[in-house]
Amino acid sequence: MKSQTRPRLVVVGNGMAGMRTVEELLKIAPQRYEITVFGAEPHPNYNRILLSPVLAGETRFEQIVLNERAWYDEHGIGLHTGRAVTAIRRGARIVEAAGGIEAPYDRLLLATGSVPALPTVPGVGLPGVLTYRDIADTQAMIDAAAPQRKAVVIGGGLLGLEAANGLRERGMDVSVVHLMPWLMERQLDQAAAALLQKSLEARGLRFLLQTQTLELVANAGGRVGAVRVKSAADPDAEPTRIEAELVVIAIGIRPHTALAERAGLHCQRGIVVTDTLQTVTDPRIYAVGECVNHRGTAYGLVAPLFEQARVCATHLAESGIGRFQGAVVTTRLKVTGVDVYSIGAFQGGSEADEITLADPTRGVYKKLVLDGDRLAGACLVGDTEHASWYGKLVKDKTPVGALRETLIFGENSIGDSGHAGANRAATLDDAAEVCGCNGVCKGAIVRTIRERKLLTLDDVRKHTKASGSCGSCTGLVEQILIATAGGNYAPTPQARPLCACTERTHAEVRQAIREHKLLTAADVRARLAWRTPAGCASCRPAINYYLISTWPGEARDEPLSRFVNERAHANIQKDGTFSVVPRIWGGVTSAAELRRIADVVDKYRIPEVKVTGGQRIDLLGVRKEDLPGVWRDLDMPSGHAYGKALRTVKTCVGSEWCRFGTQDSTRMGIELERALWKMWAPHKVKLAVSGCPRNCAESGIKDVGVIGVDSGWELHVAGNGGIKTEVAQFLVKVRTHEEVIEYASAFLQLYREEGHYLERTVHYVARVGLDHVKQRVVDDAAGRRALAQRLAYALSLEADPWHEPGKAAVDARQFIPLVVEA
Amino acid sequence: MTDWIEVCALDEVPAGGARRLHAGGTVIALIRPDSERVYALEDRCPHKGGPLSEGLVAGDRVACPLHGQCVELATGAVIAPDEGRVRSFGLRVDAGRIWLRRADLAAAPQPAPACAHGA
Repeated sequence: MKSQTRPRLVVVGNGMAGMRTVEELLKIAPQRYEITVFGAEPHPNYNRILLSPVLAGETRFEQIVLNERAWYDEHGIGLHTGRAVTAIRRGARIVEAAGGIEAPYDRLLLATGSVPALPTVPGVGLPGVLTYRDIADTQAMIDAAAPQRKAVVIGGGLLGLEAANGLRERGMDVSVVHLMPWLMERQLDQAAAALLQKSLEARGLRFLLQTQTLELVANAGGRVGAVRVKSAADPDAEPTRIEAELVVIAIGIRPHTALAERAGLHCQRGIVVTDTLQTVTDPRIYAVGECVNHRGTAYGLVAPLFEQARVCATHLAESGIGRFQGAVVTTRLKVTGVDVYSIGAFQGGSEADEITLADPTRGVYKKLVLDGDRLAGACLVGDTEHASWYGKLVKDKTPVGALRETLIFGENSIGDSGHAGANRAATLDDAAEVCGCNGVCKGAIVRTIRERKLLTLDDVRKHTKASGSCGSCTGLVEQILIATAGGNYAPTPQARPLCACTERTHAEVRQAIREHKLLTAADVRARLAWRTPAGCASCRPAINYYLISTWPGEARDEPLSRFVNERAHANIQKDGTFSVVPRIWGGVTSAAELRRIADVVDKYRIPEVKVTGGQRIDLLGVRKEDLPGVWRDLDMPSGHAYGKALRTVKTCVGSEWCRFGTQDSTRMGIELERALWKMWAPHKVKLAVSGCPRNCAESGIKDVGVIGVDSGWELHVAGNGGIKTEVAQFLVKVRTHEEVIEYASAFLQLYREEGHYLERTVHYVARVGLDHVKQRVVDDAAGRRALAQRLAYALSLEADPWHEPGKAAVDARQFIPLVVEA
Repeated sequence: MTDWIEVCALDEVPAGGARRLHAGGTVIALIRPDSERVYALEDRCPHKGGPLSEGLVAGDRVACPLHGQCVELATGAVIAPDEGRVRSFGLRVDAGRIWLRRADLAAAPQPAPACAHGA
């Protein structure tokens, strides 16, 4: 049903950026506009990035179509293909297209893309001279390609090399003429380019570097027959002639702004737009994609263009609070078997700090450029296995000082569980399990990407569940996506929003709560212009945690914003029953406690009793209605085994009994547990205390691990025994029990105040750097005491939910199901 | 009023939360996203049978406590990209009391989930 009153959106350009904007718009405001799309090409929207595999004969046109014509119909979009828009009459708000079609608009989106740049030499217009931009160009190249015939590609950039490779794959004899001293000079340094050149030469390509094209020469039949070139390095060199039955010009692209210029829109190497993708001339007109100049940059790679599309859509939907603020650019060469990747400021320079690894025999070159303790850029040839990880480090500005020694070898895969150490997508067969959490194999991921035409990691995650749980296979899934779809088209935004309800980051939400003294979730959502009045399942628990940890005693805990476990104070199991873990201080129990536990098991017919890894006892299969009775009869404190909270303090026997023990670790553990229990945190927190460096309590993989030595205690922080085993890092050595408690409290309070919700200490410390933690907890004595006092104050207000349900705001009604006779 | 079965007072279901209801052999999640609205869905996520009455309620949807599948309260539809539909039951609020449509319950030959023990 079409409404007459809907505003009209006209889109000029049926390519990837324009249609991505429309898709994003349909997601958030499906009915807002009457949409009409004009495309100059006679095809529906297709994936331009995959033209190179089409040229190389690895895939077919039909497989790269992104939106079939049926998709436009389904969404009520008027589609005019093969109709170039010829004019925009801004006064009347009408576009005119070829064939006399006119379309009035209320909002206009320009996504006219780019046109190939051409050299100013004679012969460019000869038959047999092609550019490389669209399906027609690709088809012309395929038609012209014939085995044994000679081709010349002018331009040794990304596109030129992909064209050259494609023609070579079709059996042609290919020479690449490049003006600059090395290939892909905008994406690679000289050493990397030399390796790339070597591996392309091994495939039969020939290169003429630092070579200027003088003229394209016609043969007797009037088609192109040769290219006249001359060395650009040597002014005295004589011109030479290269035979060519096909010439492909790929020296670059320039924004296609002719239409916008005629319409009087300000253009300067692209249509000039603001951070909201609005043209600076006419607020009714937006522009995205390669035709755009944003803060002086015209992007030619798809990830930043998709980000533009996302931001532009929010503004077209009039819910926009997002801004496009530029992007870190990554490049991958799509030549099968030749791995090339670069990101960020990879060129380095005299000031920059570089780490390089070169193994020419293996064809591997890696260069990492550091700016202080941040990774500023990377350039990889031959081994791009860890490209996504480096990309993330650059975009997230992660401190990498502590990783420096091993950074060049990539993300440490030791201890990665759930996908059997597999980390190269290409070598996996289809039956190989990629995501151990959700049981997703490679074949299923590839099939879903193809069938649903997925382009981003988020989409793959949504549709296949792969990497959606623990996330340890994210890099692998991304590689599969890249191999299947030609790239991961979504840039990781430099600052990730907290959830889909907002553009605000965790840090911004936290800061607003502190600065404006916000005390309720409703205030937070109102102040920060949340898109959803009630939030979602992701932001509700996060905001609740930020409120109660920032304003203890003032902000009220909202149990209904918590996950079921923290509302019921027990762990939900797959059958809907719960598990109960009472607190056993330091793992030390007694006959009386064990007898009570046994009695509870009998009385409530609890089906399973299990000793946990944290030296406690788990009662499994408890019905929700029985929880209050179980707690009362156990008469033991809550173990908080269900919460983002202090879980256990694991201990070894220590000097009281052990013949090797140097310290009383059991007593230390109990003191720590009594000081810290009832502590809510961004994620679960586990401690351990060992009485000697033999470390029987496994202190090396805990959030806070304490190890007794003869002269006192060592504190280690940010260890993790989970998905990726991470060894805790040494923080400080102290002498007394009181100091252990003060330092541990201060570290945990810092984590409580600065950690993002659902971020374990290992990831928190990786994000802020151990130096920051040491400065706040070790070097600054007054600050340390203040942190410890803030934690002690917050904990003094907490109640045991099992035994003080009123004070802990536990809703007792949840334990009593309603019943009616039906 | 024999077409409708009286269940409980509206305020027995917390605003922003849910309650579980045993109605004969059927287990129902009464979900009240805010003070205005309340819905009745079968208390069983189509994915792995999770109890929706334990889920986090936010706006127009509830997230299953087991694996986070989201269900639209007004229709019972599982929100894309997940698939499926949860049975919903006719419900009205009259003078602060919740009533369920008897016909919807009668047509409910579903076995109770393992954890529910009957009324």
